Amino acid sequence: MAILAYFNYWVFAVLLVIGLYAVIAKTNLVKQLIGLSIFQGAVFLLYISMNKVEGGTAPIFLNGNTERIFSNPLPQVLILTAIVVGIATTALGLAVVVRIREEYGSVEEDDIKAQDVGS
Amino acid sequence: MASVIDMISFALLAAGGFCVFVGGVGVLRLPDLYTRMHAASITDTAGPLLVLAGLALQAGWSLALFKLAVILVFLAVTAPTAAYALGNAALVSGYRPAVVSDESGATDSEGEGHA
Amino acid sequence: MTLIFGVFLLILLVIVALAIVRSEDLFAAVMLSGIFSLLMAVNFFLLDAADVALTEAAVGAGVATVLFLGALALTGKEEARHTVSPGGRWLALGVSFATASLLFYASLENPHIGDGSAPVHQHVAPWYLANTLPLIDIPNVVTAVLGSFRGFDTLGEVFVVFTAGIGVMSILGVRHSLVELSGAELDARQRSLRHHLIPRIVGRGMVPLIMLFALYVQFHGEYSPGGGFQAGAIAAAAIILYSLLEGDDRGRELLPEWLLRLMVAGGALLYGGVGLACVLLGGNFLDYSVLATVPSAGQHLGLLLIELGVGITVTGVLISVFHAFARRASR
Repeated sequence: MAILAYFNYWVFAVLLVIGLYAVIAKTNLVKQLIGLSIFQGAVFLLYISMNKVEGGTAPIFLNGNTERIFSNPLPQVLILTAIVVGIATTALGLAVVVRIREEYGSVEEDDIKAQDVGS
Repeated sequence: MASVIDMISFALLAAGGFCVFVGGVGVLRLPDLYTRMHAASITDTAGPLLVLAGLALQAGWSLALFKLAVILVFLAVTAPTAAYALGNAALVSGYRPAVVSDESGATDSEGEGHA
Repeated sequence: MTLIFGVFLLILLVIVALAIVRSEDLFAAVMLSGIFSLLMAVNFFLLDAADVALTEAAVGAGVATVLFLGALALTGKEEARHTVSPGGRWLALGVSFATASLLFYASLENPHIGDGSAPVHQHVAPWYLANTLPLIDIPNVVTAVLGSFRGFDTLGEVFVVFTAGIGVMSILGVRHSLVELSGAELDARQRSLRHHLIPRIVGRGMVPLIMLFALYVQFHGEYSPGGGFQAGAIAAAAIILYSLLEGDDRGRELLPEWLLRLMVAGGALLYGGVGLACVLLGGNFLDYSVLATVPSAGQHLGLLLIELGVGITVTGVLISVFHAFARRASR
């Protein structure tokens, strides 16, 4: 059980570097954006893992019951808005990728660089 | 009485879990998309049906029961539609079933070995 | 038992993430990232974050997948075989490994998961939990913090969504390809599911129900998990489903561009307007207590209005973004 006390943090670390690897090592821009959203998901997981309180429940006072242990509402608020902001910014990234594709005819990073050097 | 209902609900949950497991094994073991879809269909018919029935027994007469019923209706409507869309898309884009019996009556024995 | 379930889901999450990065078919990668989001949502739910789970399921598995597919239709769905040079790859692996090791090392200093005495739970959270009922009088603490205690923060987030929507529209061009509309219309017709009877009938039956659920989530968000962000994403998913079934042109007839633009700007304006109204009535910016004679009634009214503003903006932005991609594709 003591090992599992940190398990969420380790999964966060692994997911984070999987996303990071995709962003660094992949040349396809769409793939990089997918990697970025994995990275983003890892950060969400870290915050939500921190909000958990042992034996707690979601911070909603059902039937006016305030006596129970409740998990921390603050990380939930931060991540709730971050998810929607995340999709909006991902859409912006995708729009840029679509424009790049139209101008360069490719979404591969090295092709684009080669064209820039050639011109 | 309560323990009898608990027993029945646990049995239903376990049976539902087994159905989903069988579906998962089928998806891994069967040779091509169409047979895999056939195997996967149990995970969205019998599996959820049994699991939701088990949960409904746990919920008793409450709002949760109504929600479970709604989930069941949604699954019953959307799962076949998704299966249709998947199968149709596969057929349109040119996937053919792996096991084909060319001559009438003579089934392809290689297909069995493949599976 | 829940713990085992959580560990199982987290391991599955890592496996799916690895599959996404390894897959060379971008189409498969996008589908897997939908599964990734759904798993993430279940994990959030297990960690007591019902509101976040609802948002992640609607946004990550629903809207994000459609947006990525829309972009793939424009950029091609095969990843080229060549990745960065072998040296670059080793460098990436090295950087990733070093980062992972650092994070592993740092995680050992963290408080245990679920430790109630961790520093996170000591500072403002107890205050929020203790004061939500006396000051705002709604059961859902998350909504109270989101809308009222940290309303200024949320206003900023809404404007980020607004700005991103404007950005996509100006990059992809709202009025692009108006000249070729007849050809585009024909193309869109072939692209839609209009000639697939079963998905179309079932989907059309689903759209009003999803819309109803969105309204429930919007207006019941003070009493159960929900609120403007979730409802906006769900409502946008309903309209996007309609557009996918009936063709983009029909979707645009349903919600014309001027209306969408009005929604994008109007929702954010409504939020800001409520804040200004509070100032004019003699309170602080976004302090809703002054909106009615009873402070908690004022809070209720303020929360209702700003959640509505959030919902309208999020719906408008997500649908506009979808249309921007879809129209580009049918050019």
